[in-house]
Amino acid sequence: MAEERKRVRRSTERDSEEAVQNPPKSQDRSAETVDQLISDIDEVLEENAEEFVRSYVQKGGQ
Amino acid sequence: MAIPKVMGIETEYGIISRGGEDQNPIFASSLLINSYVSPRLKRVRWDYDQETPLRDARGPYPRADLDLLEEDGGLVSVILENGARYYVDHAHPEYSTPECSNALDLVIHDKAGERILADSMEAAGRSLPPGSRILTYKNNSDGKGNSYGCHENYLMDRATAFGSIVSMLTPFLVTRQVFTGAGKVGSEGSSASEDVDYQISQRADFFEVEVGLETTFRRPLINTRDEPHADAEKYRRLHVIIGDANMSEISTFLKTGTTALVLSMIEDAFITADLRIEDPVKALKKISQDPTCTAAFELADGRTVTAIDLQWEYLSWAKKYVADQDTADVTSSVLSRWEQVLTALEQDPMSLGNQLDWVAKYQTIQDYRQSKGLKWSDPKLALVDLQYHDIRPDRSIYYRLVDSGQIDLIATEEQVQRAVSYPPSDTRAFFRGSALRKFSSQITAASWDAIIFDIDGDSLRKVPMLEPLKGTRAGIGALIDESADAAELLERLQS
Repeated sequence: MAEERKRVRRSTERDSEEAVQNPPKSQDRSAETVDQLISDIDEVLEENAEEFVRSYVQKGGQ
Repeated sequence: MAIPKVMGIETEYGIISRGGEDQNPIFASSLLINSYVSPRLKRVRWDYDQETPLRDARGPYPRADLDLLEEDGGLVSVILENGARYYVDHAHPEYSTPECSNALDLVIHDKAGERILADSMEAAGRSLPPGSRILTYKNNSDGKGNSYGCHENYLMDRATAFGSIVSMLTPFLVTRQVFTGAGKVGSEGSSASEDVDYQISQRADFFEVEVGLETTFRRPLINTRDEPHADAEKYRRLHVIIGDANMSEISTFLKTGTTALVLSMIEDAFITADLRIEDPVKALKKISQDPTCTAAFELADGRTVTAIDLQWEYLSWAKKYVADQDTADVTSSVLSRWEQVLTALEQDPMSLGNQLDWVAKYQTIQDYRQSKGLKWSDPKLALVDLQYHDIRPDRSIYYRLVDSGQIDLIATEEQVQRAVSYPPSDTRAFFRGSALRKFSSQITAASWDAIIFDIDGDSLRKVPMLEPLKGTRAGIGALIDESADAAELLERLQS
């Protein structure tokens, strides 16, 4: 199985060296950023989460 | 040679009224739209004459239960000066972008739709009793087994056999979710499982069959609605119903840009490999439920692959396909972003929190969950999920991430604001939007492929727009500018 998967990958040509060499860096949020985000979320969340989530019902969609 | 991929996105927004009396969603949706649209535009009727949502691309097809697909005559439906349609569809407010010629314009017009919905919420709020609010969300699920769609439409050559679209496009649609998914806490409906804390796609739980005409139940991976809204002898409009509504501009850009490229290759019969998945419905769910993007599934030819493997295959064909063509800048950008995203997904999906919705939301919810010590089943996490999709800049978690520089954008706010009011210049939407802006008092109705003028109450004159790439600024911009009224415009169009 593993060998078959490799074959699929090898059949792919990737000639844009730039994209391969510079993948986006993993986003490590600093403790400060996370704290700010948590406080932002608490600020925007509707009150009474359980009741709000229960009442959010969407019928008749495609 | 493949025809240009004119495309658009139609988004059904979730809607709920809070405080005061519980309004039914049809009423709330109507109020939302009526509060936004000026009386001048409201009197122009949507022309339903050309609508044939029950025509099946496979030809006459036996079906017993399609009376459920009622159409929406009588409900609010308006055309905006940017060429978009804004209306009540079933029980939701729906925004259909004008026709766009490329993925970047489509991102801009999709975002313009968000701004229009946000403005509508504010306008509706002014006519509601104090304390009452109407809230809308750009997502696809209520978390209780009900879904609402974000459909893409692509112009295709009628000569392309529908069977080849099904066999070549299905594996692509099933696997593209690794960059198009909007992310969701939990699972629901017939796919509900306590083992799923978080999944990549909002919509994957709701798909049950491979091909079909339905959109509200027994949803198919490939929808066969054959309603071209254009010259039916020459064109199809491929109606893609599997996608998630995206907040991320990069997700929308990749979703539509890569799909358009794959459809062009299908029209040109360029892909010769057999990429069919043995059980695509099962694979769709398996991929969605694996945020590591390493879930393997079987192809019809017996190979075992991952979603990323199949995406590399499609990308590889696409690069060969465009190699000997004059490629538009947008297409080059689609290809390079597609490659960057696949490379990063393979190394560490979590490195894409600045680009993809499902990753940004996953990281945000994880941070919140850990900081508060919550279980995945806590309703607060379902609420954080929903609040990511709020479209009001001050209330939306997505826009909080944008404001703090944690999400990359590809459109400017200036472009988006322009698209709130003006149509794209290079499709027939230019004619629709510009005619409406200048001559609305002499227009009685319009649709995707026609405008009906009423010249001095004399007689109705229908101007067909069966060619999606005619009626552009280059073609008729000067005529519209120079005509004093619609009578002069029609006269000059005929000469």
